[in-house]
Amino acid sequence: MGMTLTEKILAAHAGVERVRPGDLIDARVDFCFANDITGPLAFREFERIGLPAVFDRERVALVPDHYAPSKDIASAEQCKTMREFAHKYDIAHYYEVGRAGVGHVMLAEMGLVLPGEVFVGADSHTCTHGALGAFSTGVGSSDLAAVMATGRLWFRVPETLRFVFRGRPAPWVTGKDLVLHVIGDIGVDGARYCAMEFAGEALGHLTMGERFSITNMAIEAGAKNGIMEPDAAVLDWVAPRARRPFAPVFADSDAEYAAVREYDTSQMEPVVAVPSSPGIVVPVGFAAGVPVDQCFIGTCTNGRIEDLRVAARILAGRVVHPRTRLLVIPATPAIYRQAMEEGLIRVFLDAGAVVGAPTCGPCLGGHMGVLASGEVCVSTSSRNFVGRMGHRDSRVYLSGPAVAAATAVMGRLAHPDEVLS
Amino acid sequence: MIFCGTAWKVGDHVDTDAIIPARHLVTTDPEVLARYCFEDLDPTLAARIRPGDILVAGENFGQGSSREHAPIAIKAAGIACVVARSYARIFYRNAFNIGLPLLECPDLHAATESGDRLSVDNATGRIVNETRGTTHTAAPLPEFMRQLIAAGGIIEYVRRQVSGRKVGT
Repeated sequence: MGMTLTEKILAAHAGVERVRPGDLIDARVDFCFANDITGPLAFREFERIGLPAVFDRERVALVPDHYAPSKDIASAEQCKTMREFAHKYDIAHYYEVGRAGVGHVMLAEMGLVLPGEVFVGADSHTCTHGALGAFSTGVGSSDLAAVMATGRLWFRVPETLRFVFRGRPAPWVTGKDLVLHVIGDIGVDGARYCAMEFAGEALGHLTMGERFSITNMAIEAGAKNGIMEPDAAVLDWVAPRARRPFAPVFADSDAEYAAVREYDTSQMEPVVAVPSSPGIVVPVGFAAGVPVDQCFIGTCTNGRIEDLRVAARILAGRVVHPRTRLLVIPATPAIYRQAMEEGLIRVFLDAGAVVGAPTCGPCLGGHMGVLASGEVCVSTSSRNFVGRMGHRDSRVYLSGPAVAAATAVMGRLAHPDEVLS
Repeated sequence: MIFCGTAWKVGDHVDTDAIIPARHLVTTDPEVLARYCFEDLDPTLAARIRPGDILVAGENFGQGSSREHAPIAIKAAGIACVVARSYARIFYRNAFNIGLPLLECPDLHAATESGDRLSVDNATGRIVNETRGTTHTAAPLPEFMRQLIAAGGIIEYVRRQVSGRKVGT
């Protein structure tokens, strides 16, 4: 019996012929990163180990993205800790505000995570990079410190669940809708401890941005990693960016999956996750009409150029409803510049949106768009837990960028067709 | 090790935002994090926890973020040990890494109310609800997790590996 994509990558990095689900292995890690929240704890633990250097200064990234640009003195101190650690250990990939973006989007964009590699990040959405055909998983700060010290980490080899997307996605159905659909189907612990492998001809109809949206949210079903086989589109996207040589890995044809589920994407509708779980998913029509105070387009889930293009298509020549505010945050400086050159930023400003500097701020209720009591937000982010974006009595609906933009125009939760028809 | 303390019960799918809201992640000080533990779930809970108490949780405890601040906050609030029906993956690793013992038990949650007296034997997995006179058994820990605990968590484990390498060369 052959191995799944996840098993093959892990076996290669553990230096063994084969691994089986449940095996505990010690694997080589190709690249790792921390942000300004998880970094300070990781630095403290790394110092306790007492080594004079990280395992490889070229294979560690520190990205100030959560509370950066700093919102207060405490967060400034955390960002300072990061800057000082980067300087002390001569970390190659430290990016100061202005050159830093949302870590997951930026590291992939810069060709620092590659097909066939093992990548760990002290951030749960590290599973995003699985869209490139990498084994990519989120860990805590202590695990990250261990990786910075040794370039290795222990893993339990996960069972693989395979999700096959058939057909051509129906109008307005994006990668975000596909993954929300799956989480709604299997629940927030439906893939606990497992690898979620996504496949099927529908993926070929998606942009790279949409593929990243899918693997990004594997953690919301409890998965260890989300992953896709790197097809020609992925390899074309990676090739001009790659900072290192890489070797794509593909699953064996007789690989064994713990379960296989198939979805006909031609029959799907755009969906939203209603408060307060990414697992409570309904067609947009079921929630349409809910008055909305804020819409937010951005984050490691949906802050890419493709997402901004979709939003601009709906917002062009229209204005945000008077009772609603719209935040648009390009995920990286490169995306910001691209959006400016394509005229998207002008569309957002003309519509009455605020366009922010790259940051994770609003997604976690950190800064730049914190919700007051009773307020409702439609967000393109990945989590809508109680108090996630602010007051514990605020409520968050998760959607793709088209629904968020349409909702901003209508001032109430709306299907894109309501605006464009 | 045997833990004896008052049970505090929470439900299914308690997430890391409920354990420690992100607005407090501008510090790594355990005492400050402890003060805000479970703030959006039950703002009075942290103040009622006494050192040595036991948290009894439902399914998928700790879902969501990789923030290690979550198990740190629980430990610093005084919780000696968590017994849940199941855990989210990253939280499970993080808790062991910082020395917060976790046990998995299928039936304790239904048989326990907040305020009950519990005793938990971490080594054997035997749990007694002294208030109700019921006995429960937690799943034994995998051998590797026992080694990690014996080593004092991932950092001590790595320290030993690193110093062993130095001796060897």
